[in-house]
Amino acid sequence: MKQAGAVLSVKNITKRFGGLVAVSNMSFDVAEHEMVGIIGPNGSGKTTMINMISGVFAPTDGRISLRGRLISDAAPQIIAREGVGRTFQLVRLLPGLSVLENVMAGAVYGHKRRWGREAEDFAHSVLERVGMDAMSHAPVSSLTYIDQKRVELARTLAGEPKVLLLDEWLAGLNPTELETGIELIHNLRNEGRTIVMVEHVMDAIRSLCDRCVVMSSGAKIADGTTDDVLSDQDVIRAYLGDDDA
Amino acid sequence: MNPATVQELIWAGVLVALAAFWPMMSNGYWLGIGVDVMMYTALATSWMLFSGPTHYISLASAAFFGVGGFVVGSGMSDYDASFWSMLALSAVIGGVLAALIGLATLRLSGVYFVIFTLGLAEMIRNLVSWVQNNFLGSRGLYVLTEFTDAHLYWMLLVTAGCVYLLGWIISRSRLGFALRIIGGDETVARHVGINTAMAKVILFTTTGVFGAIVGAIIAPRWSYIEPNQVFSPQLSFFVVIMALLGGSGRLWGPVVGVIPFLLIWNWVDSNFPNQSILVLGVAFLVIVYFLPHGFVGRIEQLRARARGR
Ligand SMILES: Nc1ncnc2c1ncn2[C@@H]1O[C@H](COP(=O)(O)OP(=O)(O)OP(=O)(O)O)[C@@H](O)[C@H]1O
Ligand SMILES: [Mg+2]
Repeated sequence: MKQAGAVLSVKNITKRFGGLVAVSNMSFDVAEHEMVGIIGPNGSGKTTMINMISGVFAPTDGRISLRGRLISDAAPQIIAREGVGRTFQLVRLLPGLSVLENVMAGAVYGHKRRWGREAEDFAHSVLERVGMDAMSHAPVSSLTYIDQKRVELARTLAGEPKVLLLDEWLAGLNPTELETGIELIHNLRNEGRTIVMVEHVMDAIRSLCDRCVVMSSGAKIADGTTDDVLSDQDVIRAYLGDDDA
Repeated sequence: MNPATVQELIWAGVLVALAAFWPMMSNGYWLGIGVDVMMYTALATSWMLFSGPTHYISLASAAFFGVGGFVVGSGMSDYDASFWSMLALSAVIGGVLAALIGLATLRLSGVYFVIFTLGLAEMIRNLVSWVQNNFLGSRGLYVLTEFTDAHLYWMLLVTAGCVYLLGWIISRSRLGFALRIIGGDETVARHVGINTAMAKVILFTTTGVFGAIVGAIIAPRWSYIEPNQVFSPQLSFFVVIMALLGGSGRLWGPVVGVIPFLLIWNWVDSNFPNQSILVLGVAFLVIVYFLPHGFVGRIEQLRARARGR
């Protein structure tokens, strides 16, 4: 069964914020080398789901495991060292540090723990991969939005994550930038990485994701191949509202 | 705070060697100022090790400093202990106390951390005074040693040198890099795999150890220890102001804040004793309006401009 080979497994996860149920009884698996999209309307709990996987907060109920090891009660730094890397919906760079140092931050404390020359060289190679090596000594305040996103992605890749979580990495890009961005993620996919991406850009979902999980009001309403899911009546209704369906 | 360079370490070594001659060239008033400068340099530099990169402003310096003075005073007058054994003991107690405070304040940030450390230091001061008055000495705490001001000066110089060396090593280590990342964004720090709690507690503990050591070394200068006095919160504010005046961007920042501040403070205090507290206020205004990155920031700005030309 696929479940047995799952790298990331989410089981009956619920998250309550006071009276608000942000995520309700979510379950899904991600297999090795698979690229899974999480889609759903605004406020449907996608970021909350990502936050629970990366350890920002513990789920109210349920289990998340990485290669069979329970991670849902671990702190973010433990989960990061176990091999989960993420980007943030609103880019988070380290303002006082150079571009290179921002990326080194990802390389130094991960499961490989590089340091000194080795960390620097590795950070350069990752920056090169996202097309940012020429800017490695620039202060991050001088970067354009897509460049900030690329640096953040490079920092995450520098930790050599086994599972990569991208929270709306393509949001806020203009059409040309979007093309560059999609191509970049395409390359990651071709490297055989295991990726979970939250995304609103449907073109990107169609061309990048093998599978999609759809959330609405915190619950899973569909899970399957991208084509199947995007033509599902419930999914269309959730996105467009009841009247249009 | 940027990683310190080898060049900086060499300069620091030269400065320490030169500073060692001060007691031969001065006495009385100026030697006293020298002792103050060394004391605050050690305190402000160790404060910076933690607060510089993380931007957590601690007002607990007086608690550690007071522990040093009190342990030496109590040990020497009530238990006939030697100065040196009490110096060692105060370093241990200062470290443990700082680790406990660090663990208790980990979840606090910004202004809550500032207020909590101040409140805690005040609580410790009252607790120690109460214990001293009700249970320990009725005889008072006397610290009678053979040390002259010159001896104290040299001991403090060695301490300041050690703080600098430790800071230099940390700033070039994984731990130092982790603290800069924590100062930038703690959420990111955790997500790249940094045990932020551990890093903060380790650094805060070194601040506590050195604060207590400095308090212990300076105790013989007073000969009579009054708990309320060695735990005075004014010291905590002095340390913060001097460190910020110097600038938190570099490890050598505090020393360039300590010297001008103490010279002005002493001058005002001896000429207009009632206005001395005004110096604190003016120093705060100067930092906020003219030197947001301290003298260090200004020096680096001028240097960059000179290079650009
Ligand atoms: N830390 C929090 N405390 C309280 N409520 C929260 C918290 N985080 C999220 N929520 C709430 O949980 C719900 C789901 O939010 P979430 O950010 O997960 O949605 P999303 O699917 O990522 O939306 P978007 O597409 O706009 O990014 C929202 O109602 C939000 O207000
Ligand atoms: Mg979101």
